[in-house]
Amino acid sequence: MLTTVGIVLVLVFETFEFFREVSLWEFFTGTVWAPLFSPRHFGVLPLVGGTLLVAAIAIIVAMPLGLIIAIYLAEYAGQRTRSTVKPFLEILAGIPTVVFGFFALTFVTPNLIQPLIPGTNVFNALSAGIVVGLMVLPMVATISEDAMAAVPRALREAAHGLGATKLEVALRVVVPAALSGIIASFILAMSRAVGETMAVAIAGGSTPVLSIDPTQSIQTMTGYIAQVSLGDTPQNSLEFKTIFAVGMTLFVMTLVLNIVSQMFVRRYRNVYQ
Amino acid sequence: MSAASVGALARWRPRLQTRSRNGRAFLLLCYAATAVGILSLLVLLADTAIKGVPQLSWDFLTSYPSRFAARSGVLSAAVGTLYLSLIVIVVAFPLGIATAIYLEEYARPGPLNRIVQTNIGNLAGVPSIIYGMLGLAVFVRAMSLQRSLLAGGLTIALLVLPIVIINAQEALRAVPSSLRHASLALGATRWETVWHHVIPAALPGILTGTILALSRAIGEAAPIILISSIAFIAFLPDGLLDSFTILPIQIFIWVSKPQEDFHAIAASAIIVLLALLLTLNAVAIFVRDRSRRSTQW
Repeated sequence: MLTTVGIVLVLVFETFEFFREVSLWEFFTGTVWAPLFSPRHFGVLPLVGGTLLVAAIAIIVAMPLGLIIAIYLAEYAGQRTRSTVKPFLEILAGIPTVVFGFFALTFVTPNLIQPLIPGTNVFNALSAGIVVGLMVLPMVATISEDAMAAVPRALREAAHGLGATKLEVALRVVVPAALSGIIASFILAMSRAVGETMAVAIAGGSTPVLSIDPTQSIQTMTGYIAQVSLGDTPQNSLEFKTIFAVGMTLFVMTLVLNIVSQMFVRRYRNVYQ
Repeated sequence: MSAASVGALARWRPRLQTRSRNGRAFLLLCYAATAVGILSLLVLLADTAIKGVPQLSWDFLTSYPSRFAARSGVLSAAVGTLYLSLIVIVVAFPLGIATAIYLEEYARPGPLNRIVQTNIGNLAGVPSIIYGMLGLAVFVRAMSLQRSLLAGGLTIALLVLPIVIINAQEALRAVPSSLRHASLALGATRWETVWHHVIPAALPGILTGTILALSRAIGEAAPIILISSIAFIAFLPDGLLDSFTILPIQIFIWVSKPQEDFHAIAASAIIVLLALLLTLNAVAIFVRDRSRRSTQW
């Protein structure tokens, strides 16, 4: 409990200090982020854009894969397949994020992306997004599978009784019935992808630009915070305070996503219990 | 039956072949998706092994980081990780388990309880780097612990606290209430019931949950970036207030260098880290399986 109060207080206090010197308007509408050089610019949009780009790529990877794996595990796979596949997902979920960053930079970019898309930067949003997608994949699969397992048997049997095939039961009965849980898993994955630091700091680059080109170097909010704290920026300077303003933005974004996803989870719990 | 619906029925085709073909196609898609998931994990592990194993040696484990990749080792990082986990064990586990016991066994359900519960859930979803900022502001600056082992340990302890609480609560919830009722009916006080019956019954579950939380703590790097910014630590921490580095940070620093040989030793350090995590998880699974065999409700 104290931690939440602490986080909010620290962020609000430091952010307030920051906004005494930089206007809210510039922060939220400026399209140039260059707090470390002069002339200084404090527009957070490039960082938000980089973050959303990586998160979007991650979701594009994790959503179809995770959903299909969840359908497979919940509707098709037998007990033995499940008990072989699930440990793999658990291991994938337990791998430290810095390892994913290493994988993105030294394997995904040179061996997968650069041969396919020549001219891709060594640091790029695509490889960071792909590994973040792999990172959140177990979460999407597990939560969606739980939601589907909570769908009552009677619904499936009724559909089979009407002559539906297994695929039709899965896609037209079980998935719609478990939809709120599935959506919750997507939003939660989005929130993790937005808050993910190490992989994007290693593989995404450190160029805050507002662009949707995934082959170029970008910078995310978390990547910026990491970069500034690693550097030798003096601690009480305005530059250093930017990380708290960026952190506040990040905190609010993930909090909203988490709350929305909890609302969805509550909905599917209410229906079947 | 009216003529119109007979007509509709006559036009209706079950298309059984198409539909079952779709079903088979989807099953193939399922196999493909699952294979992609499993394969990417295997490729990740194989890639790390290929790059990292050649540099693994006793010297690598017992040397300090150096400007030269060939002479670098993970000693200070590995020891830092061990010290850090000790602090997390000492701080987060008693606090988290006590909170869980209070919430499950003592607290009355009500609006306040619900707020605390939602709050813990939300804390578990806060990005880890935000905890680093909290640690920087509170432990490093306000409590002036500087960039010390203690500040880092306390930050990571805060980070895993919600996970410990949630896992311990689930373990306590799995203890059947008949056990509590029986104990209370025999005249035991609430505390005696909790201490002599509920906790021993829930202990394996609590242990498993805490070990998993510890493996999360060991792999976490983002908050420590804010706490320990010294890139080059060629000594072992002497006390709680010494500066330190940990394995994930060391890996991050080596990966961030442009030279290939540093990437190679980063892979070796990843193998050390993964071996540590694997050992922890094996212990967790062992505890879980043993408790499953010995307890039947």
